[in-house]
Formats: sequence, structure tokens, C-alpha cells
Amino acid sequence: MISRRPVPGIGLALGVALLLSACGGEGESTPIDRAHRAQPVTPVFTDAGLPDPSVLAEEQVLHRDNGEEPQTLDPHLAEGVPAGNILRDLFEGLTAESPDGRVVPGAAMRWNISRDARTYTFYLRREATWSNGDPLRAEDFVYSFRRSVDPRTASNSANMLLPIENAHDVLVGRETPELLGVEALDEYTLQIRLSDPTPYFLALLTHSSTFPVHRASVEQHGARFSRPGNLVSNGAFVLADWQVRSRIVLTRNDRYWNAANTLLQRVVYYPFEDLSASLKLFRSGNLHWTYEVPNNQFHWLEQHYPDELVVSPWLGSYFFGFNLTREPFVADPQLRLALVLAIDRELITEKVTQFGEQPSFSLVPPGIGEYETQVPEYAGWTQAERNEEARRLYAAAGYGMDEPLRIEIRYNTSENHKKVALAIASLWKQVLGVQATLINEEWKVFLQNRSGRVLTQVFRAGWIGDYADPYSFLQLFRTNDGQNDYGYSNSLYDSLLEQVASERIPGRRRRLMQEAERVLLEEVPIIPVYTYVTKRLVDPHLRGWDDNVMDHHYSKHMYLLRSQNAPTPVAEAP
Amino acid sequence: MKSSELTGNEREAVAGEIDPFEAALRLGDVKGRSPWEDAWHRLLKNRAAVTAAIIMGVMILVVVIGPWVISWDMDYTDWDHTNSPPSLANGHWFGTDAVGRDILVRTLEGGRISLLVGFVATIVSLLIGVSYGAIAGYYGGVTDRVMMRLVDIIYALPFMFFVILLMVVFGRNIVLIFVAIGAVNWLDMARIVRGQTLSLKRMEFVEAARACGVENRDIIRRHIVPNLLGVVMVYVTLTIPQVILVESFLSFLGLGVQEPMSSWGALVSDGAQDMESAPWTLVFPAVFLTVTLYCFNYIGDGLRDALDPKDRL
Amino acid sequence: MTLDQGLVRQLTRRLLGVVPTLLLLITVVFFLVRVAPGGPFDTEKALPPEIQANLEAKYHLDEPLLQQYFRYLGQILVLDFGPSFQYKDWTVNELIAQGFPVSLTIGGVAMLLGFVFGVGIGVGAALRQNSAADFTTMGFAMLGVSIPNFVVAPVLILLFAVYAGWLPAGGWDWSWRSAVLPVVTLALPVIAYIARLMRGSMIEVLHSNFIRTARAKGLPERQVILRHALKPALLPVISYMGPATAALITGSVVVERIFSIPGLGSYFVQGALNRDYTLVMGVVLFYGVLIIALNVVVDLLYSILNPKIAYEEL
Repeated sequence: MISRRPVPGIGLALGVALLLSACGGEGESTPIDRAHRAQPVTPVFTDAGLPDPSVLAEEQVLHRDNGEEPQTLDPHLAEGVPAGNILRDLFEGLTAESPDGRVVPGAAMRWNISRDARTYTFYLRREATWSNGDPLRAEDFVYSFRRSVDPRTASNSANMLLPIENAHDVLVGRETPELLGVEALDEYTLQIRLSDPTPYFLALLTHSSTFPVHRASVEQHGARFSRPGNLVSNGAFVLADWQVRSRIVLTRNDRYWNAANTLLQRVVYYPFEDLSASLKLFRSGNLHWTYEVPNNQFHWLEQHYPDELVVSPWLGSYFFGFNLTREPFVADPQLRLALVLAIDRELITEKVTQFGEQPSFSLVPPGIGEYETQVPEYAGWTQAERNEEARRLYAAAGYGMDEPLRIEIRYNTSENHKKVALAIASLWKQVLGVQATLINEEWKVFLQNRSGRVLTQVFRAGWIGDYADPYSFLQLFRTNDGQNDYGYSNSLYDSLLEQVASERIPGRRRRLMQEAERVLLEEVPIIPVYTYVTKRLVDPHLRGWDDNVMDHHYSKHMYLLRSQNAPTPVAEAP
Repeated sequence: MKSSELTGNEREAVAGEIDPFEAALRLGDVKGRSPWEDAWHRLLKNRAAVTAAIIMGVMILVVVIGPWVISWDMDYTDWDHTNSPPSLANGHWFGTDAVGRDILVRTLEGGRISLLVGFVATIVSLLIGVSYGAIAGYYGGVTDRVMMRLVDIIYALPFMFFVILLMVVFGRNIVLIFVAIGAVNWLDMARIVRGQTLSLKRMEFVEAARACGVENRDIIRRHIVPNLLGVVMVYVTLTIPQVILVESFLSFLGLGVQEPMSSWGALVSDGAQDMESAPWTLVFPAVFLTVTLYCFNYIGDGLRDALDPKDRL
Repeated sequence: MTLDQGLVRQLTRRLLGVVPTLLLLITVVFFLVRVAPGGPFDTEKALPPEIQANLEAKYHLDEPLLQQYFRYLGQILVLDFGPSFQYKDWTVNELIAQGFPVSLTIGGVAMLLGFVFGVGIGVGAALRQNSAADFTTMGFAMLGVSIPNFVVAPVLILLFAVYAGWLPAGGWDWSWRSAVLPVVTLALPVIAYIARLMRGSMIEVLHSNFIRTARAKGLPERQVILRHALKPALLPVISYMGPATAALITGSVVVERIFSIPGLGSYFVQGALNRDYTLVMGVVLFYGVLIIALNVVVDLLYSILNPKIAYEEL
């Protein structure tokens, strides 16, 4: 019989060749070479500080990747970054933010703060209206604040409003929403009473849970009030179209009080979840703004997209936590300190995370006003010194090469967490001989195990500040706090935090918080690794935005420049 | 044989693959070559299958022995050479990944896992599928109908979703991956085996055994199952590559084996993310994966042809 | 036998069988998703227990499990899958209604391409068995089933979208351009698989007695192939296509993710990972119905292509 089949080698060779050619050609020059990419004209500004119309692109349509589908566009139910981005464009709270992140007047033109820092009086803009033309009144805010904390709304970000008087009692159903400390003094004057002085309160008012909703349309449409066609908003943009998991289109709100300065005609938000996919869409000109960029590709991006790659500090700390309620970490801070010291943070930020994250030895990230982040003494040592001290402490705790510490490191499924956990495990092994097992858990399982404090030993943690105040970070470690997955409990720390809450003099409050952080770090409940950065690609034609630690970028500030060679817009809808 | 007992798939299976044994068993085939020998010779003449088998053998050997020979550990992070392209100078012939782990040793270790998953999950599905199908087919009647209805129901369960839930509920460990994939993959096997059994049980030798008072259980074990071997072997060689692909799909979703272990699927899906910035992290594992799947498919085809009487024209 | 009572009787019987099948499916999935650790409203920012309670009350998750189960069954009777827990502004019905047309388009076209090209290539290869053309096409077909689609898809995007700029790199706007790459990615393994199936069964049929008889009678080769050989050779392809179509239409998770396409497939994964109980139940049930329906279609096609099969045993 004759052979009936080809030798597999032929097909194989073809397959391999195909693969290699597909991957090999990419390093060389391609049509996306930098020189071939359109460059924007140099912007020229008018006396009012606005870009001169002659430098603007004809089509002012922004294509913006938003990472994932927002869970909802009801501002009071919303949580998470994607929803927040869209809602800040659609709605406007009492305050807003400038491109660089300062709190500026929003729907309120100005405000007074009482001497005891517990009563805020807001004076609304008389020219502000809803997108359907209805005037925006103080009553609208009263209705909205009440709705936000009403237990029937079942908002999961209502705890943002807890500083307001009676908010907690309303939230748990002990009081009716009418008793919430928000009151309309007249049509355009709103008073909010707080239970404690809350210096970051004005910043809280940029959060979507404080945004006004249009009462008539909420009552008319119920759960469907956030649909296109139904949604009445008061921000610089209105909702024009919403294709689930495909796109959300906003158009300019001509009735916005500052509509004259809104330059973009349309903003299209895309929920692209896959970072490489998003990168490719950007490269083929379908996006002006990516949500993030793939982790491993810093050097490649820096080489190919230096003008587009934007990396800036973010108000977040990346750390690992110890479960202090479980051996071997119950008693011995020395062992924990050994593990903290043995990690070469610079190695991790340079070789693993790569995007310019700052090595960190503390909890609170730098960049919050005048707050001085507490830095332990060993932060100033060389890594060799730290390693030596780590070995000494490790041995003193009774471990060694013959009797290594065996622990588990838990993290949730993510490329970045995986790499950092790998690096930590590897460094511990190389410096101390610790035998660390990695356990990758799916998100919900991870959350449950972490807060359960039964299975965990060392676990991935981290925190992005809800508002630019150290308190957002420090409160995580209060005894029995819902977020206290570490089992940390220290009465001195708790009492310091209590004093912080009721302290209204900024300097004293700051010192109390610094003291609290120092107390915390001395007991080593966490392994600080680095402070976060945001990393994304932004079309150089897109201007008007600025870096800010909250990573809040309002579309109303942005505009598109004309290209040097072509007056035509660069992007088409994908 | 009443043809109404069989669905189309089974009919085809029966027509296609049972004859050589049937013929051999009927004739006793004392002098000539046994049907197995016949099949073996046909297989040996199939150059593609033989080449594939040889490559596969080498591959298994390399994957099993390689990690012991190579000086790198699969979880050793070489901080001086992270993201290094293939290089003879620094000893990372296939390059390194983002945390400086050697791709060569990881590819080989990954191969161990992938092949292990492929074999074990297939064996799991085989055990369930063969016993289930044989029992359903042999007893027939209500038993058969109920059992096959159950198979239909499980068919209506989206497979991927089911595996994901299993991984989520029971955590991520390699044994579970075997079981999850195997437990879902047995359905086809059960259907094929049932069809074969339906025809086998009407053969004279089974009738004879029954007439002699041999218990049903023993008939299934001694007479039915051994005669299913041909079909089963073909099925196995064609299922292994499928299972390896399923595992790679799980890895793509981030539900694969735990670090620092890896699999071809996990390596390829990681590499695919960086195919431009670090092509070596994709190409090497992808070639190993593809070659292996290729070989299994060729071996499977070869086996099927060898066991297929229609080719003895 | 006429096309006819047997068929009607069979169809009725099958439809009656659907109910217990679906009931079992609902039951299994309902309890399975609830066994999974974590709940739909667990987030990194641990909710105060009061808010958690408010949320659970709103979605009836505070009721005993059995009560929830029967509440759900009651809803299903009126075809109401309930609100999604994850996408709070939408009901599961709306999400499926938005996602299904997309999945159907991509999956359906991919299946069609797979069938046409697969059968064509398979028949071609079978007729030129052992020729160079046979070896080459089958070698390529083998490649199609040997490379994971999460490798194929990015390569296609790089080549045709990023470098060449002919097609969009992803996204979905109902234009043919946004459908090309995902459809091709989905279709490649299907073409490969069907081609291999078709080649095998065609060779078998060509060697069978009735074809030899037909040839002996001097019928033109073309007629032999088209009129006599094709039909029986299609049988294994048809039986493969039932479940494969359902899987393509609902389960293209990888392709949806890489091309950012708003189809149904991701809901199986996302729903499960987010513990979006209602969404998961909805898509699983939908899938169940789809696969049952497709199996009926396959059986019908089968009986048309091969009238010898008795309906009773379908």
C-alpha cells in the first residue's frame, strides 16, 4: 500500500513558518512607524485661555476607552471607575474638579463653611438647568441626597455620604430620609450639616453618589430613567446612545451653563476589556484614549509610542497584607519586618512593573497636600543592608535554611498581581530561603477568603483613595472596620483616628494622621511595595486634560487639535 | 440487527468500524494474521502516522527528561535577564519572560502539564464514557433511554460555563482540571460506545456467553469492552488534542494551573499578549503546542484508517 | 413512509421531552451558581452590613433558597429572566435581546462559511485522495484545529488592521467590516474540522458498494458525486453541526473578548465570575433551548438526507 498521508513535516514547516513570519516581521518598521503618524499643529490660545478655533480639528469627537461596561448610569447606584468617568461627564455635583484635580465650583457657584466646620451652605448657579430645560434648584439636591442614602435605593456607594448628619441612621432604616442633614434654605441655597468636621467633604461632592438626579424623570421612568431618551442630566454632556458592551455615546449639552466652553461635540465611551485589544485599536486610529496599557510592554511602547504614552502618579498604594489573626504572623512583628525588608522594591518597580511606579515603604501615597508620608528608617538603607537585617530577624524568629518559613501568598487573577507575587516569592526565596506557595484565586473567592481571615497568610491588597485625604487609607486599619482584612487592632491607633475625625484644625489633624501612620507601620501589618501610576496612550491631538492623582478626566475640558498635514479628523468610529 | 435501534451516528459508526473484529471473531482466523496484526501493519505503512508517532515520542521524551537536564529551575527568576530574547550568551536559549524565568524550561515543564492534562482527562472521560455507554447499550430498553436522555440534558449545559463554575467552586488545582474536563468530555464517548455495544450484543459470541449463563457484568467486562478497543483508541488519540486545547482556553481565561506551574496553553496565552514586544514568549510554546496537536491528530487519523476495513480494497 | 405523521408524532414527543430537560437544567444551574463562594454584591470596598442587607432585600436574596428557586420558576413561566445584578440598568431579557443578534450574525456566518468551505475542501481532497493538493489542504486544515484562536485572532488583527489598516481592529457597529476578522477567526477551525470530517466520510462513501454500482452503470462521475455520494457523506458533518452551531453562536468567548464584540458568549464567563445569578441562569437556559432546537433541526436534516432512519429512534 502506498502512503496515504503527507509527512507531517510539510504541514508543520508551513505552520511554523507562518507563525514565525507573523511574529518576526513585527519588530521592523511598519506602516505605523512614528514618522507616518499624523502630528497635531502647535496649539494657539485666545486671550480667554481657550484654544484658537483655527487650531481645532473639524470633527470634535472623542473616542475614549473606558475599560469595561459601567454597571449602571444611575449616579446613586454607580460604583467603580468606568461608571464614574461617564457620570462626571453627564452630571455635575455641587463641586467639580479642574483638569489638574483641584476642587472648583460646580453646580454651586460658591459656598460658606461654618466656624465649627460642620455646616456647609452652597449657593447654586441661577443659570444652571437640567438638559430638558427645567431649572436646577436646591430642592433637586435635597431629593437626590435623600434618594442616595434611602435604604430602598440600596446604593452600594452610599457610605460616601456617611459624614452627613443622620446619614447612618437613614441608611440602616432607623430614620426616614427626611431627617438627613440636607436642607434647601431657598430655591438656590442648600445647607448640608455634617456630624464631624470633614475637611475632604468638598472633594466628596465630586463623587457620583452626591450628583443630582431629575426627580420627575426618576419618578416617571423608575429603573429605566438612566436609558438614552429618558435620562435628564445637568452636566456638560447628555446621553445619546447606549449599546450594551459596545458603546455609550454622549453629545454636548447645549443647555449646560458653561456650554460655550464645551468644545467636544461628542464623546464615545467604549468598554474594551482586553488591554492588548485596546492597544491595537488605538494603534489603528480607532481610539484617542486608552483605559490602560498592557503590563509587559513598557519598553516597546516607550520606543514606538513615546509621544502617546502617558504615565502619571495615581492616588493609590500597592501592598500585600499579613493576616495577623493566623500563625505565623500573630505575635511577631520581627518576622513580618524581615519579610518586608527582604523585598527589593526597586527591582520590582524597574523590572516587573516597569511603568515608573515609586517604591514604597509606607501606607499613604505621596501627593496629598501637605501630608508627610511616614517613612521608616530602613527606607534609607541600601538593599544589601536591608537584606542583612532581614536575615538577622528571620534567624532570630527561629527560621533558617534547614527550617524555612512556609507560607502562602494569595492574589486574585491578574497578570500584574501574578508577576509581583512571583517576584516577592522569588526574592524571599533568594534572600531568606522562605518557601512561598502562590495561590491565584478568582476575584469573588479571593474577596471572601481575604475578609474571612481564616485561610489567608500573606495576601494581595492595595487601595486607591476615594478622595485625596490620608484618612481614606488610614481608616482601613481601624479595629473591626469592614475593610480590615488584616485583623489589625490597636487601641492607640483607633483613638488617634477618632481624634482625626473630630479635629477641625488642619495642621493638628494632619499631625494626628501622621502619628497614626507611624504607629501602624511600626507594627508591620502590611508589606508596602509601590505607589500606583496610571498608564495609558493618549492621542497627541487630544488636549485640555492634565495629570491628576485622582485620575479624573472630564471630557468637557478636552478638545482635539487639527493635524499638521490634514485638516481632517484622525479617528473614525471603529 | 434491527436498524431501528440505531441513530444515524451510530449506524455510521457501526458500519465503519466494527467489521474487522466481527469478521475476525466469526472466522476465528486461525491461520492468517489477526485483525490486530493487520491493523498494525497498515498503521506502519502510514508514513504520516509513523512520523507523527516518532515526533510525539521524541517530544514526550524531551518534555519528561528535559527539565532535569536544563540547569534552570522553572521558578528561578533571573533578575539580570528579564524579558531577554533568545540568547546563547546568557544561557536562556528560548529567552526569558517578564520576571526573568527561562522560557525553555518553562515550555518543557508546561508540556508535562499539558500532556498530563491531555492524558489524564481523556482517561477520565474514557472510564466514564465506556462504562456508561456500554451499560446503556447492553441493557437497552428503559435503562438505555433514561441514561441517554441524561446525556442529552448534560449536552444542553454550556460546557465552558460548567468547567468555569467547577474551577470557581472548588478552587484551582490540577486534579480538578483533569476531572472537570474529563467529566464533561465523556458524553461523546458514551454515545459512540453505546452504539457499538448495541450491535455487539447481538453477535453470536455474546449470545453464546449469555446462553451459557455468564452474568451480564462479566459479559460487559469480558466480551463487550475489549471489542470496543479499536473505536476507543481512535477516540482517545483524537480527544487528547482537544483536551489540551480546552486547557489552553481555560488558561486564556486565567483559570489554568497555579503558578509557578505552567502549561503550553498558559504560556501561549501569556505570549500572545506580548507577541510584538516579546515574540519569543509566544513562538516557542506555540510551536511545541501545535506540533503536538498535529501529531496526535495524524496518529488518530492513521489509527482510524488502519482499523477501517474499507481501506482494504 | 410519508413526511407526515411519524414526523409530527416524533416532534411532539421531543417537544414534550424539552420541559423536563429544561427543568433539570434550571435546577442544576440554580443551585450550582449559588454554591460558588462569594455573592453578586461583594466588592473590594466592603459594604457596611446595612447596605448589604438593603441590596439583598431588593433582589430577594434574603429569602430562603427554596423560595427563591420557586420565585424564579414562576418568573420563567412568564419568560421573565429578571434584572441583571451586574448590569443594573438592564434586565436579562434585554441583555440577551441585545447580545443574541450579534452572536447569531457572527456565529451563523462563521458556521455557514465553515460548512461551505469545509465541505468543498473535504470533497475536493477526497476526490484527489493522496494527491499533493490533498496533502497540502489537509495539512492546512490540521493547522486550523491545532492553533488556539487566541493566537490566530491577534495575528489577524495585527496583519489586517494595525499594519494594513484595511479592517477595524475590533469593536462592533453592525458593518460588514467589523465582522470580517471575528468571523474568519471563528470560521477557520470550523472549516478545518468539517473538511477533515467530510474528507473521511466521502472517501468511505466513495468506496462503498452502491457508488461502485453507480459507477459501473456508467453514470457520469459528476452525477455520482452530487447525486449519490454527497448526501450520505454529509451525515457526520450534519450531526457535528448541531452542537457546534450552538457553541459558535453562544460560546465565542475568546473572539468576543479579543475583538471587543458585545455578544452572548462573555456573559457565560462574566456572569459566572460576577455571580450575576440571573444573567447566568438566563444565558444558560437560552443556550439549552437553542441546543435542543438545533438538535431537532439536525435530526430532521438527517432524516431528509437518510430516509432509512426511523423517526422513533431519533
